[in-house]
Parts: sequence; structure tokens; C-alpha cells
Amino acid sequence: MSRRSGLPAAAAALLCAALSGCRGIQSSLDPAGREAAKISGLWWLFFYVCTAVFVLVLAFLFYGVFRRRSEDALGARERGKTYVAIGAGATAAILLLFLVVSVSAGREIAEPAGPDALKVQVIGHQWWWEVRYPASPANRTVVTANEIHVPVGRPVFLELLSGDVIHSFWAPNLHGKKDLIPGRINSHAFTAKKAGVFRGQCAEFCGLQHAHMAFTIFAETPERYSAWYEKQLAPAAEPSTPSQERGRQVFVSNSCVFCHAIQGTPAFGQVAPDLTHVGGRGTLAAGSVANNPGNLAGWIADPQSIKPGNHMPPMLMAPEDLLAVTDYLESLK
Amino acid sequence: MKTSREPVRKPPAAPEPAPLPAALPEAELPAHEREELRRAFETQRGFFGSLKSVDHKVIGKRYVITALVFFVLGGIEAMTMRLQLAKPENSLLGPDLYNQVFTMHGTTMMFLFAVPVMEGLAVYFVPLMVGTRNVAFPKLNAFGYWIYVLGGAFVYGGFFLNRGNDTGWFSYVPLSGPQYAPSHRVDIWANMITFTEVSALAVAIEIIVTAFKQRAPGMSLNRIPLFVWSVITTNFMVIFAMPAVMLASGYLALDRLVGTHFFNPAEGGDPLLYQHLFWFFGHPEVYIIFIPALGMVSTILAASTKRPIFGYTALVLSVVATAFLGFGLWVHHMFATGLPQLGESFFTVASMMIAIPSGVQIFCWIRSLWGSRPRMTTPFLFVLGFFFIFIAGGMTGVMLASVPFNLQVHDTFFVVAHFHYVLIGGAVFPLFGALTFWFPKLTGRLLSETLGRWTFAVMFVGFNLTFGPMHWLGFRGMPRRVYTYLPEMGWGPANLAATIGAGMLGVGVLLFLINAARSLRSGEAAGNNPWGASTLEWATSSPPPPYNFERILVVSNRDPLWKPEEMAVVTGMRTDRREVLTTRPLDAEPDHRAVLVGPSIWPLFLAFALAVGLVGSVFTPWAILLSGFLFLVAMIGWYWPKGEPSGHNARTAS
Repeated sequence: MSRRSGLPAAAAALLCAALSGCRGIQSSLDPAGREAAKISGLWWLFFYVCTAVFVLVLAFLFYGVFRRRSEDALGARERGKTYVAIGAGATAAILLLFLVVSVSAGREIAEPAGPDALKVQVIGHQWWWEVRYPASPANRTVVTANEIHVPVGRPVFLELLSGDVIHSFWAPNLHGKKDLIPGRINSHAFTAKKAGVFRGQCAEFCGLQHAHMAFTIFAETPERYSAWYEKQLAPAAEPSTPSQERGRQVFVSNSCVFCHAIQGTPAFGQVAPDLTHVGGRGTLAAGSVANNPGNLAGWIADPQSIKPGNHMPPMLMAPEDLLAVTDYLESLK
Repeated sequence: MKTSREPVRKPPAAPEPAPLPAALPEAELPAHEREELRRAFETQRGFFGSLKSVDHKVIGKRYVITALVFFVLGGIEAMTMRLQLAKPENSLLGPDLYNQVFTMHGTTMMFLFAVPVMEGLAVYFVPLMVGTRNVAFPKLNAFGYWIYVLGGAFVYGGFFLNRGNDTGWFSYVPLSGPQYAPSHRVDIWANMITFTEVSALAVAIEIIVTAFKQRAPGMSLNRIPLFVWSVITTNFMVIFAMPAVMLASGYLALDRLVGTHFFNPAEGGDPLLYQHLFWFFGHPEVYIIFIPALGMVSTILAASTKRPIFGYTALVLSVVATAFLGFGLWVHHMFATGLPQLGESFFTVASMMIAIPSGVQIFCWIRSLWGSRPRMTTPFLFVLGFFFIFIAGGMTGVMLASVPFNLQVHDTFFVVAHFHYVLIGGAVFPLFGALTFWFPKLTGRLLSETLGRWTFAVMFVGFNLTFGPMHWLGFRGMPRRVYTYLPEMGWGPANLAATIGAGMLGVGVLLFLINAARSLRSGEAAGNNPWGASTLEWATSSPPPPYNFERILVVSNRDPLWKPEEMAVVTGMRTDRREVLTTRPLDAEPDHRAVLVGPSIWPLFLAFALAVGLVGSVFTPWAILLSGFLFLVAMIGWYWPKGEPSGHNARTAS
């Protein structure tokens, strides 16, 4: 009876898997990186061995319970000791196997990234990700938010810092997670093996909007990556229409500049995402909504209804100013 | 002192052993002595009298009922969370309320339900199972309950006034520090921890002393019932684990209230220190909840199969080994914090090794069941459910010990699934089995078998439907502690299944409560020993009289009630005062007669004095001063000498 009742749960899980298809852009079972692939291999080994053990132990249990012949002779009890000892020995042997494969996988994953690794700094904030590509000379440093572009095949070395509370960086298709802890610098390295767009999300509870603290990783061919990088180095695009011109004017004369920066304008705020190339990003508010003019205007006018509790105050401005600012920001590709 | 060891009339070859009075007439006292004993031990009447009670059965029952009330509250919180997550971008709870609710759920289940309910059953049953009349420190016992219930009321009072902690039951700094959580929410939570830990420490000390010093003569260490062994082990863990969390929450309170910087990296403090202190408690806590349940499983199995549990020594040593290992694996909660790899490997080994004693226990139980043709009663069904769920949870537990795998699933719904499998499967299923099993002893009435089977079936299916899909959600990237998720993540159907399952689980618990309420009114009378079990709590009436046993029994084997012909009783104990027989810790040879304290209002007053300090210090440090003064008054009252000198005479008399 007990065994049968477990089935609905398994069936439900399978059904869910079937319904959502194979789009696993945030899934540890669809590895696209060297590290995630190793971990996924480890999981399947664990899964098959543990399932076999589980079935075997329960089979023994139910056979023992429902066996018709009673057995309580002294000899049988002595044999019981042998069975328990065999069971304990088998448990220890399986654990030893798990230990060996786990530690060796851990060692491979933890190999330090070589000198050719791409170095990226990720700084966690409530509730968004600051992403910096440090370079020398310093004017080749790229700063963006909530998006990380990496070349396929080249190791990426992440320096993880926090600006406030503890966060955790997790892009399951590429690697497991690593915490961002105030007062410490953690390192995390992965290598993307397949091109693609992957999603990641903060995995350490960090307050009100922990649920809306996502980021996107673009694993691209080295050429496309270089093209993106060069584009990011340029200052913000100049307005090309009167509406965009007005939008820039509204932006720099409003309180926006206290928090946001747009390279090439007088906006140098450092506490909120850099907007120099915001128009080129796929999402707004750390993966909360798609980046399009409607969502952007809605976000500027009333960020608290999209992401309650976030640190951006509502911007009170005339409707035409709002449209102009939106127009301008969307032009910053 | 003399013990009577005359051979006892053996009942004619009946399959069930005869009830004790028939098998052992000497166990009964003459009527006037019984009346004297009852007067010496009974709880005073009236409301005021009930506040003064120091009877372990009264206090144990209060613990269990209070803990079940918190269990229902925590369950309602869980179902509210499940409703919020049933579909993507649901707007039932906002982030602020959701964060309070999930924090209260974890806090309630860990601090206000799981530990107290196990402690409560221990307080009730350990004295009965070792054959004594009350716990060793009756006033401390009463104090422990009062401080627990005041702490629970405090934190729920805060929650209902929108002051529920919103930083998680683990409340990591700096999120819970003064800078990011400026309101009183975290202060209330941090001080509540102190309430419940003081209570747990009080119980731990009195249970250990009772089990080591007040066992029935002849109950040497190797004859202690397995449930008592598991409770002794648990309470040693309490003594070593609880101080760590009191340090963590105490430092946190100091950081918040008086501006110390234990956890502030800018001033040389360290946020990871908090995590180490918290998990040094937090992981053993899991075993503190789960080890008593192992004792329940052994107890129910023995009674259902009518034969001794196979591998008594192996089981006891496994429990003790689990307790030791339980202190060596807290870092597997911190693998993602970036600790040195070699250190992490050590904790991988420790975390995996704990599967060995667990395996030994499961194999011993399977061997105990082998060909035993057990009676399929409700408690036994819960034990079968325990095997299924707990073994599955144990498997995922072994996986979580692996650092690389852990980095993927840590802080995802996979972990939520894992620990509900081990905690609900490993502790709550045996607990419901044990509550069904012991209900006749507690109330004198049996629970309905039909309703009991339904309870089990609904809970079992509901449980697996709730937590099974969560494994998959964790792999598909759903982190814990999120109040909502985007529709395009594809997590909707599995979450809906989990919500439906949670509803079923709630119905299961409701069925249990209905069953209990019905039985209390019109249940079948239980008699002394309805299950034909072998341990001493079944040697007295149901519910037991205030003095537990008319005469202290003498034990000569592990299953005394199955061999009543080998039992004897102690004579020559006084019946006009609260006298108990103390015995030596190893072989339980009689040592001396001790007199226990009687009813007192001071435990309640002392709890109140401490509560003034803990509640008041949330608002002003001056509360500590007031509390200190009240404390002094309480201590004077507590130790005020009264009546005949208790110790000296009794000691020489033995």
C-alpha cells in the first residue's frame, strides 16, 4: 500500500517535466559548462546507486513484514547479525565510492583558472548585480548590470563581492553557487562549453526582493564577445532625435543622477545600475520584466508596484517627460 | 530496604501476558496507603493549584498539547506559503508578509514544535518507563514549561502585531543586523530563542538525572528501554548544542541593542562567525528532533511484533554514534561560503559517515520485522511510512554531503524537499505513530483504528505529493525563500501539485485531531496495556495515578512485562511524602530514598521574572535590572525551606 501511494508524486513530477519541455535556461540538469557537466554526471551516479539501494532496502522490509512463515529460532537471530554486518559493510562501501568520486570531482572543479582566464567582478546589491570587467588601462574597464557576457571555451574567473548583505551567485547551467559575503572576496570559476543564453538567480535569502534578483549570462563565440566588449567601452550614444535630446535633459536634471551613471553625461551616481548601455539589455530590474519601452516607462513612474520594496523611488514627472526619458534610455544600445 | 522476590504465580499458558496486578499481587498497596500516596503526590485543585503543579505527567501533557498548537499554527503558515506559490506571480501575500510567514514557519516548527513535543513526551514517559514517581527536579521541570510557553506567546504576539521576524529562521547577519533590519522584529525573535533554549536545557538536565539516578532497581544500563536511551542521547546533545545558538542569538541581540560589532565586518567582526555558531547548533538540532523518533520506532516495532527488538546493543551504540557525528557536520550548510577545500572534505566525510549508524539501525529493524507477522495497527503503519520517507530523505542527505553536488542544490527546493523528507518522515511520522500508540496511556482511551488508518493514508499521499515535486523544482533552478516566480520559468505545475499535497497533509492532521477529540469523549476504554507492550509505563493504570506506581517495581530483564513472573517489587517506601528511590547509574542498585519537592508557584514566578528581562530588553536595557530584582525574589521564594528536612533522614534510612 505504501509503495503504491508514492506513485502519484512521481507521476506529478514527470508530468511537470513533460509540460515544461526541455527549455532549461536555469537548470542544473541541462549543463552547458564544464563544471555543471561534472556535477550533473555526479548526480546521475548518485541517482542510480541510491535508487537501487532504496528499492532493495524497501523490498527487504516489505518481504520481511509480509512473509508468511514465522521465524524466530535462535539460529535465525545469529544469522541476523551477519546480515546486519553485511548491510553495514555494503553501506560503508557505497559511501566510500561516493566519497572518492565526489572529492575527485571537487578537485577538478576547483582547479584554479589559468592566466588567460577572463576576470569578471560581480558585486551583489539589494536586489541587483553589478558586473565589472576590470582592465588595464582603467579606461578599458566595462561596467554593466544584471548581464554577463562570456566567450565560449575560455575559463571565466569571477571575483564575488557584496555591497550590503550576503547574496549567492548561481547560474545552474554553468556551475553551482558561491556566496557573496560582505568583507570578503570569494572566487568562482567556470567555462562555458556551449553558446547560449542562461539565467541565474540569487540563492541566498537577501531580503524583500530576493525573488527578483536574477541575471543573464550570454555565452558567445569569442568574436561576438569581443564585439560586445568593444561596444561597451564606448560612451553612451548621443541623442539622435529631439525627443531623445529632451529625454537626456530630463534625466540629467532630475534626481536620477544621484544613483545612476551614464558615461558621457554628467550622471555619475554609483549606487544603482550603470545605464550607459541600458537599451541593449534584455531585462529590467534584475530579470523582473522584459526590457521594452512600456515596461521601462512603467518602471520609472512606479517601480514599487513591479518590485515592491526595491530602493528606487517613484519618479514624478510629466507624461511627455516620461516618454522622452524612456525614448532616450531605450536608445542607449 | 528489602525487595520481595518470591516466585510469582504464572498465568496458564496464555498468549498475552496477564495484566500486572493479577501477575504480581504484591504490586498493590493496601487501600489506606494508596490513599496516602495519592494525597502526597496529587496536583492541588483549582486554577491556582494547577499553576503550581510539578507532576511530570501534567507538565508533559501541557508540553505536548502546547507543541501541537504550535504545530497547527506552523502548518497554517506552511499552507499559506503553498497557496502563495501555487501559481506564478500570485498576489496573495506580498514579499514582506511572505518573509514573515516563512520565518515564523521555520521558527515555529524547529523551536516551538519539534523540540518541545519530543521533550514533552520524554517528560511524560521517561519517569514511567524507568519506573519512578516523578522527574528529578520537579520545579525546574515546571519552570521549563512556563518559560517555553511564554517565549512562544512572545514571538506570536509580535507576529500578530506585524512584528514577525522577516529574515528567516536562520537570520543570517548582516541581513538581520542593525543596519538592514532596524525594526524590533529580529530582537523579538532573538530573545525568543533564549526562552526556548533555556527551556530545553532545563528539560535536558532533569531527564538525564532522572534516567541515570531514578531507574527501577535492576534496570541496569543494558536494560534501559530504547526510547529512554534515545532521549538520554538527545538531551546530552541539547546540553552541547543549545549554548551555541544562545551565543549566536545573544551576540546578535548585543549587536542590535547595545552596538557591539561581533558580526560587523567593517569593525573587525565576521558574518561567517554567526553561521558557524548557528549551524553548530543547527545541525545537531536536526538529530535532537530525530533521535527521539528513532526510540519511538523501536518502541512501536517491539509492541507490534511482540518480540524484543533485534540488536539492542547495536541500536544504542548507533544512536550514540549518530549523536557524536551530528556535531561534526555543520559545515555542509556552508559549502557555498568559500571555505578551504580540504576542510570541506572533512565535513563531507563526516556527513556521509552518519549514514552508517542510520543504516545499522534500519537493518536491525528490518531484522526485527523479519517473519514477525506484525499487527498492522495505525502506529505500525506510521512506522512503515517512516521507513519509506526517511530512507528516501537519507539518500538525498548522502548526496548533499558531496561538495560539488551541494553547490548546485544548496538553498534550492531540492534541499527543502530533502529536509522535509528527513524531518517529517524521520520525526513527524514516528511522532504521530507514537501519539496514537501512547494516547491510551495519556487519556485512558483508544483512538479509532479506522480514522487512524485514514489519517495515515491521507498524510502519506499528501506528504509525497507536497515534497516529491520539490526535488525536481530544485534541479530546475527554483531557489528557496522566494515569494514568487516568473511564469516563464515553468515551475507552475509542480508548485500547484505541491500546494494540493499540502492541503492533503493538512486534512490528515485534521483527521488526527478529530480522532483525538472523538476518542476523548467516547473512545473505547484502553485498560492498562492495550498493545501488550513490554515496558514499565504499561504496568500502571491508564492514565497513571499521580504517584505512577503503587510500589516501585524491580526489573530483571529488558522486557519486564513480558515476563511478569520474573518481576518483584520494592517494599518499605514511605507513602506519606514524595519519596522516590534513587539507584546507581550503571547497575541501578538501590542507593537511597530521596524526597522530591511538592507543588510550588515559584517556577511560574521565576519564568515571569526572566520573561520581563527578555521581553523588556527589546525596548530598554533597564528591563534587565528589573528582571534581576524579580529574579532575586523568585530565587528566595524557590529555596525557602518548608516542612520536614528532606534529605538527611531519608538518606540514612536507606
